[in-house]
Amino acid sequence: MNFVESFRIALRALNANKVRSALTMLGVIIGVAAVILLVAIGSGVQRDITGSIEGLGSNLLFALPGDFSEGGGPGGGGADIRKRFKMEDAETLRRRLPAGTVVVPVIQGQATLKYGNRTFRASVTGGNDQGDQVFNSTYNTGRHYNRGEYVSGERVLVLGDGPRQELFGGQNAVGRELTVNGQRFKVIGSIEAQGGSLTGDQDNAVYMPATTAQRLFGTSDLSSIILKAPEAEDVKAMKPQIEKILRPRFGDEFTVFTQEETLGLLTQILGTLTVMLAGIAGISLLVGGIGIMNIMLVSVSERTREIGIRKAVGARTYDIMSQFVIEAVVLSVTGGLVGIAIGWLGALALQSVVPTEITWWAVVIAFFFSAAVGVFFGVYPAWRASRLDPITALRYE
Amino acid sequence: MTSVLDVVGVVKTYELEGLEVRALDGVDMAVHEGEMLAIMGPSGSGKSTLMHIIGLLDRPTTGTVTIEDQDVSNMSANELATVRNRRIGFVFQSFNLLARTTAMANVELPLVYAGVAASDRTKRASEALERVGLGDRLKHMPNQLSGGQQQRVAIARALVTAPSIVLADEPTGNLDSRSGVEVMDILQGLNREGITVVLVTHDDRVARHAQRIVHIRDGRIISEEQVEKRVDARAELEALRSGAVPEHVENVWVNGNSGVRPDSDDGAAR
Ligand SMILES: Nc1ncnc2c1ncn2[C@@H]1O[C@H](COP(=O)(O)OP(=O)(O)OP(=O)(O)O)[C@@H](O)[C@H]1O
Ligand SMILES: [Mg+2]
Repeated sequence: MNFVESFRIALRALNANKVRSALTMLGVIIGVAAVILLVAIGSGVQRDITGSIEGLGSNLLFALPGDFSEGGGPGGGGADIRKRFKMEDAETLRRRLPAGTVVVPVIQGQATLKYGNRTFRASVTGGNDQGDQVFNSTYNTGRHYNRGEYVSGERVLVLGDGPRQELFGGQNAVGRELTVNGQRFKVIGSIEAQGGSLTGDQDNAVYMPATTAQRLFGTSDLSSIILKAPEAEDVKAMKPQIEKILRPRFGDEFTVFTQEETLGLLTQILGTLTVMLAGIAGISLLVGGIGIMNIMLVSVSERTREIGIRKAVGARTYDIMSQFVIEAVVLSVTGGLVGIAIGWLGALALQSVVPTEITWWAVVIAFFFSAAVGVFFGVYPAWRASRLDPITALRYE
Repeated sequence: MTSVLDVVGVVKTYELEGLEVRALDGVDMAVHEGEMLAIMGPSGSGKSTLMHIIGLLDRPTTGTVTIEDQDVSNMSANELATVRNRRIGFVFQSFNLLARTTAMANVELPLVYAGVAASDRTKRASEALERVGLGDRLKHMPNQLSGGQQQRVAIARALVTAPSIVLADEPTGNLDSRSGVEVMDILQGLNREGITVVLVTHDDRVARHAQRIVHIRDGRIISEEQVEKRVDARAELEALRSGAVPEHVENVWVNGNSGVRPDSDDGAAR
């Protein structure tokens, strides 16, 4: 009996047992699709966040108030902030750090934008005239605020894509006037959309001079100071310099992160997330595998009798084995491919909600694991049955 | 007379919870070429065990089986499969058809393993099914067929490879009397064409369709007889069709093991 014939027998047997075939395939499909989808979410989120931080350039340093050294990092909630940066601190840094270093005092807050009868809740980021070098933003029209506007604290505004869409219907807003928390501001530029991002509301941001922002929020504090070393190689040396400058006034109650440290920390957190998702996916794979196993083992007695019948009419061990191997491979591979398709399409469909990225190793691992489970549990009982005397197989219960 | 099948000193023992069961206890038997032989005996006497051994579905514990002068004792499993496929047609008491598989595909099965090309297979399988009167049931699944029809599919499967021996283990055991007669008619027809037929039954009337009866008890052959007045299944069928149930036929059915009248439909003999 040739291969084509074995193939035909296998397909016929699969067709004769549609429910069993479908259930087996379902196990493979669920396992593969779940792994691909979950890993895609994990690595998509990771890529998105690291990408948006890398986009800032690698020679950045961040000075934040509060001691994070034991708090687990920014956002860890461990820092107890008693003393905040002032404009003078930024100025001191600018004066004492090497020439060419960009020092941007940053102030952040929320404000309500109003244009005509439309309103928009935006996150305000205040910086200085060099802010465009440290904020992750690309201008599509207009310009950044200049030195003069910064120094005199003029009420000028750069719009992110969100408020521009909401307030101006996507029209060019440069030159228009709107109110921020009731004060009149002039739009001088707008920024390209960044796309759905987990780092939050970059698209919801508006930028203005830090001096203006301080007045808007009625404070003389800064949220942070962002620095940009002239070259990426300078970053390492600059960190202790900054710390030395700030220490007299703040003691230990401030923290300087380099871009690299921030990234490293985030990558660590995100890596954990991916591993967690992969764990869940692994469980799905296991559940799928157990499903396959169950179906195969439940049908062992029926299949053993089938093998008995086939042997009784003249099937050799090779005939039996090739039929069962082909059956199992066809089911597993078909299920695996369908699972890949579903996982892939699912990842694409989810992209509007959460960033996803198909990872080839997840596809490969999921596919081969499921296929291996399917083939093993399809073939192993058959292999055992094929070694029985026909009559023993026929009597199997 | 030349024998197609020789059984010499066959013993088959089963181990059951430490207890040895002797299903066959030294059987010597020869099946002559072209004959129709019935094996009779009470339940548990070892009839099926013997059939499985001469059908090469099972191996004896000791003793030899020779088929057409070929000793099969030392054959590998695959060699036995080939002999089963080429020379032997086996009809099981419980049909043993592949479920959810058409009558046609079931009958084709031995041809598939014989390496017969697909087109030739279809032709031969449908001929075999026509031969057993199921030419209009090719696409039926076993569960869409009556017991008698399933048994006839099984017979078609046994004869489709044109074997030299057909072995039938209680081929009428699960059937009503009419289907039983139909099955016996087919077997007698095969025998007339020169195929050696061995059948097992514990129904005396069924046994008398054969030329020779071997009696077995407790795994041993105790006697054998030549059938004097052979029952002709074709004549029986004629009689059943015309509705005139001959006196002696009715008597036999009433007195036989089945105790069922030929015209009763629920008469699954057993
Ligand atoms: N697989 C087995 N394991 C243990 N004992 C067995 C096995 N198969 C058969 N036997 C025993 O061998 C003996 C003969 O069984 P066999 O099936 O050959 O009887 P039989 O004559 O065909 O009976 P029946 O007319 O009821 O079909 C019985 O005692 C039975 O219990
Ligand atoms: Mg029996």
